[in-house]
Amino acid sequence: MAAGTNIALLEASERAERRRFLALPMPALLLTAVICIVPVGILFWVSFVGPEGFTLENYTRILENPGYLKILRTTFSISITITILAILLGFPLAYYISTLPDRAAAICLGLVLVPFWTSLLVRTYAWLVLLQRQGLINDFFLWLGVIDEPMRLAYNRFGTTIGMLHIVLPFFVLPMFAAIKSLDRDWLRAAANLGASPVRAFWTVLVPLTIPGLVAGALLVFVYSLGFYVTPEILGGGRVTMVAMKVQQNATIYADWGAASSLALILLIITLAIFFGIERVLRRQRGGGN
Amino acid sequence: MHGTFEIGVPVWRRLWLHAVGIGVILFLIVPVFIIIPMSFSSSQYFEFPPKDFSLRWYESYFHSVEWMEATWVSLRVAFFTMLLATPLGIAAAYGLTFTRHRAVPMLRATVVAPMIIPVIIVAIGVFYLYARIGLVNTIFGLVLAHTVLAIPFVVIIVTAGLRRFDTALENAAMSLGANRFLAFVTVTLPSIRRSVFAAALIALITSLDEVVVALFISLGEKATLTRRMFASLRDQVDPTIAAISTLLICVSLVVVVFYSVQASRPKK
Repeated sequence: MAAGTNIALLEASERAERRRFLALPMPALLLTAVICIVPVGILFWVSFVGPEGFTLENYTRILENPGYLKILRTTFSISITITILAILLGFPLAYYISTLPDRAAAICLGLVLVPFWTSLLVRTYAWLVLLQRQGLINDFFLWLGVIDEPMRLAYNRFGTTIGMLHIVLPFFVLPMFAAIKSLDRDWLRAAANLGASPVRAFWTVLVPLTIPGLVAGALLVFVYSLGFYVTPEILGGGRVTMVAMKVQQNATIYADWGAASSLALILLIITLAIFFGIERVLRRQRGGGN
Repeated sequence: MHGTFEIGVPVWRRLWLHAVGIGVILFLIVPVFIIIPMSFSSSQYFEFPPKDFSLRWYESYFHSVEWMEATWVSLRVAFFTMLLATPLGIAAAYGLTFTRHRAVPMLRATVVAPMIIPVIIVAIGVFYLYARIGLVNTIFGLVLAHTVLAIPFVVIIVTAGLRRFDTALENAAMSLGANRFLAFVTVTLPSIRRSVFAAALIALITSLDEVVVALFISLGEKATLTRRMFASLRDQVDPTIAAISTLLICVSLVVVVFYSVQASRPKK
């Protein structure tokens, strides 16, 4: 009997403690909800409300207006280009760092982290300095005599793509490096023992085993690219309009909340769908690793 | 056991890998560091290497009322963001890590959401809200918005620290008579202090580097440094930005060095 009461008391105090624990995240949750989640929710609601009640006008406009379609096409094609380039540059770099001795690898990772922690605005500015008409790259090639007049490198899609690639690349390299590093090297040794050449072991063992990490990293880069605002605004020179820029124009220049938030909602749905995909890929990787 | 399986790779192939690896690292690093010598140039136009050494862009930065005002706004906002986001994030991380409840994944997703939602969407949401409650162009409004953006980073870093922490220690302190709060402050907090410092630093940097939300909700006298830099870059490029960028790069370097030192220390 006494033991029973004791257990009941313990359970009650455990429940009270659990409630106290659940109260701890509340201030952060409340602030996030009030400042971010609720206003965004209200905006999405606004996107479905016209002068005469419920309307899909904001969405049909996006689908019918060639201007909007062009923006969506530009956003996707730039993001896909950047994702492919990030894989082509990032995978070899991640692999390269994984083959280095510890100290050299730490230095290289540090070098990858410097741009990662540098303000996005500063990096965009750096590319403007490098790419513009009287910029360093044009000066260099003119001096070499390879070109006779400066090339158009900034204030267009090319400049935007390079600048954005530079910003997203660490987001690919760091998880990719972790994926390669966590790989069980015994697989590679086994492949070598079975007579596979290092090149063959690389392509038939290392690459397939790191594909989940690669897919997750690539999706991360892609989704991050979709929402870019600052870099295309500066390096695009008005010739490149991405979704986020149109959202900003609709909200601040035209004060058209419905138009701004409908586009934002589409961007958010794509973003969340991709994050869901990333989680699935990573979960399968973790499950398969055992 | 590094490089064991690379044995037998022809030298030219290793060279090729070195060339590609170092090439990509240069692509990442050179644009960041090229700003530094440029900021010491005397010329109005971009020249590399700079012809004459000069501090004129630093002078123009430190003597400009507008830039100083913007810097002061940014520093204040970043400082208060750190002060607010760090404890809120620690409390959230602690609560979410040590609770078994079916609501936990949902709560965690909500707290981390501002990191996943494209910042432009957060920005128009905040702008929409602030325009209605009169928080546009206020330090307080900036701090709240930046805190929401910084909390996810604090939560993630502190959660990682807490997962490595042995909860038996906290329980031991409680069995010796400490209440939960005292046990947390005297036992848990000191052993996750590295995560806490890292989280605070990231909260600071998140606010300092933030552009998009500030673009919507800070103007004129209340414009942040990055917001003013953005406007300047869009209109006409002023080499003063090279000087400011160099200072911001130095901040980033401090962070990276801090991280490297932390990572190279043995983990408990």
